[in-house]
Amino acid sequence: MTLDEIKPDQECEIVDTTSGGIMEQRLLDMGFIPGTRIKVVRNAPLVDPVEFLLKGYNISLRHSEARQVEVTLL
Amino acid sequence: MSDKSRKILVALAGQPNSGKSTIFNILTGARQHVANYPGVTVEKKTGSFRLQDDRVELVDLPGTHSLTSYTLEERIARDFLLNDKPAAVVDVLDASNLERNLYLTFQLAEMDVPLVINLNMMDVAEKRGIKIDTQKLSQELGAPVVSTVGNKGKGKKQLKEAILSTSKKGRATPFRINYGDDLEPVLDSLEKSLSEEMEISGRYPVRWLAVKLMENDEEAQRLVRKYSQKSGVLLRSAEEKREAFTLEHKKSPQKVIAITRHHEGQRIVEASVIRKKKITRTLTDRIDQVVCNRYLGPVVLIATIYSIYELAIVQGYKITEYTWPALAWFRDIIASFFPSEGFIFDPFFRSMPIWVVDGTIAVLNYVPIFLILFALIAILEDTGYMARMAFILDRIFRYFGLHGQSVLPMVIGGLYVGGCAVPGVLACRGIKDEKARLATILIVPLMNCLAKIPFYVLLIGMFFAAYKGIAMFFISTITIIIALSVAKILNLTVLRRKLSAPFVMEMPPYHIPTTGGVLRRCLERTWLFVKKIITIVIVVSVIVYVLIYFPGISKEKKAHYISQSDQAQQTFFKKIGNDNPYADLMAGDNLMEFTRYWRDYKKARMGAQGKKAKQAIYQEFREKNFEFFKIVKRGRYKVKGEMIKDKHARKVYNAYKKLGRTTNKLRREIKEETIITSYMGRAGLFLEPLTRWAGFNWRVNIALMSSFAAKESSVATLGGIYQSPPGEKNRLEERMKEKEKGWTALHVLAIMLFMAMYPPCIPTLLMIKGETGSIKWMLFATFYPIVLGSIIAVLIFTGGNLLGLSGMQAMFAFYILALILLVLMGLIKREPEFA
Repeated sequence: MTLDEIKPDQECEIVDTTSGGIMEQRLLDMGFIPGTRIKVVRNAPLVDPVEFLLKGYNISLRHSEARQVEVTLL
Repeated sequence: MSDKSRKILVALAGQPNSGKSTIFNILTGARQHVANYPGVTVEKKTGSFRLQDDRVELVDLPGTHSLTSYTLEERIARDFLLNDKPAAVVDVLDASNLERNLYLTFQLAEMDVPLVINLNMMDVAEKRGIKIDTQKLSQELGAPVVSTVGNKGKGKKQLKEAILSTSKKGRATPFRINYGDDLEPVLDSLEKSLSEEMEISGRYPVRWLAVKLMENDEEAQRLVRKYSQKSGVLLRSAEEKREAFTLEHKKSPQKVIAITRHHEGQRIVEASVIRKKKITRTLTDRIDQVVCNRYLGPVVLIATIYSIYELAIVQGYKITEYTWPALAWFRDIIASFFPSEGFIFDPFFRSMPIWVVDGTIAVLNYVPIFLILFALIAILEDTGYMARMAFILDRIFRYFGLHGQSVLPMVIGGLYVGGCAVPGVLACRGIKDEKARLATILIVPLMNCLAKIPFYVLLIGMFFAAYKGIAMFFISTITIIIALSVAKILNLTVLRRKLSAPFVMEMPPYHIPTTGGVLRRCLERTWLFVKKIITIVIVVSVIVYVLIYFPGISKEKKAHYISQSDQAQQTFFKKIGNDNPYADLMAGDNLMEFTRYWRDYKKARMGAQGKKAKQAIYQEFREKNFEFFKIVKRGRYKVKGEMIKDKHARKVYNAYKKLGRTTNKLRREIKEETIITSYMGRAGLFLEPLTRWAGFNWRVNIALMSSFAAKESSVATLGGIYQSPPGEKNRLEERMKEKEKGWTALHVLAIMLFMAMYPPCIPTLLMIKGETGSIKWMLFATFYPIVLGSIIAVLIFTGGNLLGLSGMQAMFAFYILALILLVLMGLIKREPEFA
């Protein structure tokens, strides 16, 4: 499944990033690498974007961007 | 070379939210200089400080997470390190977020620069139970490690010492990442071929170049193409290696490199950090539960936006009531250096400089608003709330090709009533998405800036007096409705080719901002604004002056006015008679002197409120010239405590009053004629056949054109054009109604909407040029609102007339039309495109 499908308070582990280009580079730079545990903190009041917690810091992505991250639910 | 006082170039690098700017401030103190990096709009801060016998020049690099060539900031940081070759680079790391921060450190080390590792925010790390073995870390990285608490100034001395010793050694940090058995052999062979190219290996670190080529980095490829004879062979072989690697390992080298860096970060953190306790919920989490909550979040956001508006715009405007007299005083001081005014004609070297000074202080008048606004923005940035604003609002704004961060510039520009586009455009800097940033810069001037408000009030008073509230609500909200649609249209057309950036945004922990940091930033930005604006405003107001006052009235007309004025003076002397003891006092040049005294007195009386102020003015003018004082007081004054009724003085007063009225009438007629025959006036007449479709006659054309220099002057210009007949004191709106008998509410509505869409003022245009880095965008920002405003005005006036609508009906119809357009625009889907 992909990261945008994970509901708030659920935790998952990153399998891969798939987009390529600047989007993927950005995600890799921010630590979205395989094996990383990631938790969905909350959706924004209008559902998009969504906030994640990984490695002790918080990052927000749009759902369309989170779709580029493959994960497995923990 | 004398080694006594070396100049050491040091760069400050680090990820965003690592407290880099506090380190910059404690190192450099007050000696700072802000400019832009050449050719781009990224702020370059430099500062300097003494270090024993040497002078250190510290350059603050843009805060970046990485050093790819995808973003402007990263490219700038990289180019600086490669080309300016600093003697030392201080890498500021957030000690509580070490692993991610090391990701940048590794890339810096790869660029062969001598590093000083600065573990900042040690207090936050300690609070989170993180203990770092700095010695171990130093060993791992092969670079000195200094701990600091930037916002408390702790560790400054040690940091300076490390900078000194590192710069003296001048040796690059030896740390290298091992990218593993799959990639290292490939890198090795690339390095070898690069080393053979003397020109390129002499300039750039080959290991870094090899890694970048494997990452498919465009800038690195450009460097190879530029400096290598065999660039074709080299780049082709790099590409083949990349493809072969991807095929064999099912992963791009780019991904492997990033992953290895993160793993190396993990390894080093595990080796040098002891986590004493695990805190599950920090204060930031608890705040965000409220601030980002589905229901409370928007409430907090609206409250914040409202407070900014209230504090900066409303309260700031109140402060200008106190600062304005100071500016007016300053104006009078400057005015006193120029030749005195004449009876009916003022000398050029008086009226022109005063026009310029008036234009300048009209802009300076807003400084208190800017100070408050910039301080509030600095607080929003430093606390971390800015990121939350973007988080909450992104969804709405994205429909229109904007970004969550677009809201702040729009609020500052005047989302409801009153704002200023200059700081609004400046606030667009925070928007990381280039496409959305440009769109925001272009629509901020459509907001309702403070200078447009008096114009609206005037026109609403003319034809919508009965529906004042509704009309004001209409004009305040229609602008945002139109602006959002415009943003989407720009996004689909002129900005089509601009690249978006991924939203990916860090939500930093909340921080309490330091007073010093906030003050510094607010003063810095205000000063930058004042410095930049003043020079341009001066130049432009001279040009506008020439357009409005030249070529001037004809010689014959001039002679005519002078003879009329002479006649009035003769009548005056006849009236007071030769036997009046004051006749000599008024004779010859004295009459002009008295005229000045009279004008000053009237002006002072007008401004004085309350008995005390009046008494002070009496005292002042009595001391200035007692004889004149007798006259301006209508012959009633005190001598030694006794009230005197001076018949002769009263006679002079009455006669002069008449003369004064005639003189003022002549001055007004001259002014009106000057404007009509001026270049601007001719243009207004020339355009009338066209602007008639929008309901604008030439008078309106002139008023609208002259507003270009400063919208503040639009009401004043109208006041100049629609003079009240002598003796009558009608309000301006009544005078306009009197002169424009044929006007309907549609005329006024069309003018009002044209004003709402009015092109940005000169200072804003200047900001737009600075922030977009191009004259092209500045010109676009000037002309598209004129086209838009004209279309809307014609729609209202011609359309409204054809349908036989009343003013209110046209207002509602237009509002609904604009809302429909807004919804349609929001519905057009467009996925962001990245590089």
